[in-house]
Amino acid sequence: MGDFLQLLTGSINPYYLQIIVNIGIGIILALGLNVITGLTGQLSLGHAAFMSIGAFTSALLTIKLGMPFFANLALTGFITAGVAALIGLPILRLTGDYLAICTLGFAEIVKVVFLNLEITNKALGLTVPSAITAVPMPIVVWLVVVVSIICVTFIHSSRFGRALMAVRGDEIAAEAMGINVTLYKVQSFAIGAFLAGVGGGLYAHFMGYINPSDFGFLKSVDILSMIVLGGLGSITGSVIGASILSAAPEFLRFMASYRMLVYGGLLVCMMIFRPNGLMGGLNFTSLVLRTLGRKPHMKTVMDQKTAKTSES
Amino acid sequence: MAILELKNVTIRFGGLVAVNDVNLTVEKGTIQALIGPNGAGKSTLFNLITGIYQPTSGSIHFKERSVNGTPTYKIAAAGIGRTFQNIRLFTDLTVLDNILIGAHSRGRWNLAGALMKFTPWVRKEEGKLLNLAKECLQMVDLSYRAFELSGNLPYGEQRRLEIARALALQPDLLLLDEPAAGMNPQEKAELMAMVQRIRATGITVFLVEHDMKFVMGISDRIAVLDYGEKIAEGSPEEIRRNPKVIEAYLGKGAADAHA
Ligand SMILES: Nc1ncnc2c1ncn2[C@@H]1O[C@H](COP(=O)(O)OP(=O)(O)O)[C@@H](O)[C@H]1O
Ligand SMILES: [Mg+2]
Repeated sequence: MGDFLQLLTGSINPYYLQIIVNIGIGIILALGLNVITGLTGQLSLGHAAFMSIGAFTSALLTIKLGMPFFANLALTGFITAGVAALIGLPILRLTGDYLAICTLGFAEIVKVVFLNLEITNKALGLTVPSAITAVPMPIVVWLVVVVSIICVTFIHSSRFGRALMAVRGDEIAAEAMGINVTLYKVQSFAIGAFLAGVGGGLYAHFMGYINPSDFGFLKSVDILSMIVLGGLGSITGSVIGASILSAAPEFLRFMASYRMLVYGGLLVCMMIFRPNGLMGGLNFTSLVLRTLGRKPHMKTVMDQKTAKTSES
Repeated sequence: MAILELKNVTIRFGGLVAVNDVNLTVEKGTIQALIGPNGAGKSTLFNLITGIYQPTSGSIHFKERSVNGTPTYKIAAAGIGRTFQNIRLFTDLTVLDNILIGAHSRGRWNLAGALMKFTPWVRKEEGKLLNLAKECLQMVDLSYRAFELSGNLPYGEQRRLEIARALALQPDLLLLDEPAAGMNPQEKAELMAMVQRIRATGITVFLVEHDMKFVMGISDRIAVLDYGEKIAEGSPEEIRRNPKVIEAYLGKGAADAHA
């Protein structure tokens, strides 16, 4: 099985393979930020910092401890989530612009720290040995993508997810409904950071080389653009947005230095024609159900009651 | 027995004393009203009870327990549900989701529950919350709206939805801040019946309302607030005849003419 997959990925042009992996990692990062910004409504401008923490943690776990890759990824996720919870506790009391500025500052601090630490090899960056895994790396990445999508989908339609959406909608009303707003914000931050950390770990091992400058402000804006393009709060949107924006720079490469211009223009058009994002207000499941002429499950549950009241 | 007790409660916003040395009790199982001119401090009093504001001095007891310093979400979970004068629904969510959020403190499963969505324990709880939500929707006659975005509901229905959302908390005490505001006479009559139904289930109701017909028709007791001070308290009959109240509402001359 492993050999077959090895052969399969080996037969793909390495350049395309890299794009495929980039898209996968982009999706993981976008899904995480979408929990923080899309689902919970907390604007974070420093998501790349969590990716950075994850990348360096994961790299060091491999280099210094030789930890098996899956344990490494899980531990990396938890460490990154822990860091997010620690910094989230004080800064998530802020709202709106203040929070955004704080996350921005945090990301810069992380970058500067890694640029100056001996253990992360300062500005030279780290060379990361490739991971020893049963299946090839691109498949690992996409397995993580699938698991992440499933987990985030579960979160969306749960009591936990509803509490996050309540925080997004109105913090005072959420508190009045018995929701500990600060606690839920911190948890949401930690979940987003967990995914970013795992994404960073995958990135480090696939690329084989990481540098603190890879995870700067532009990277954060990149991830934010993915979820805005796809539609805040939409999982399908995050996947589509991340796919487009992870692949776009490659396809626009022939325009060399103009590609950021096109990229910007694309986003402006988006804001004009679909301000809620490509998938804004839609989700994949309900879209499919609607085209099939079927009602979502919950609706049928409620229909009996509805019929009764309209009679009376 | 008093379910809610305020002792010498005062709150200052800078120089403004919004609530001044108020003593007030709400008896269990009653419908109590709080009236007073605009800016009297009624909403502020509700915000004090629910921990959104902390009193500058004085104490508030709910079910004989002090709630001073208790965060809002804990007070809610302890059994105080409320609505807001300026409706605060989660407008981008469905009616049903709004109610399910109201039922938050009746569930336990958190992040772990979300990730184990299809295990019997989590499904059982979701089913329980869904049933509770249905009951609350029926209580305010909004079942037929369950899957609409709450922001798309007409004003009167939004007010009722907010009540249903507070009921999903299964509160012992329900605070309603101007529930009839913006409703037409027929909606008001329906609302009155609704509040009485709610009380009949054992929930104590404490409401702020401007519509005198509504207040007089429904309340067991009425307290009157003016410039942050409690100027009167009693049965609807007593309040109707109280000269201080007439003065606060209609001015000094009217009170004299009445006497
Ligand atoms: N957060 C606040 N900061 C400053 N002043 C406030 C605040 N909340 C209420 N007030 C003031 O307290 C007074 C009472 O307001 P309120 O309780 O809303 O009156 P009402 O009886 O009409 O509900 C008003 O003068 C209002 O401006
Ligand atoms: Mg008011």
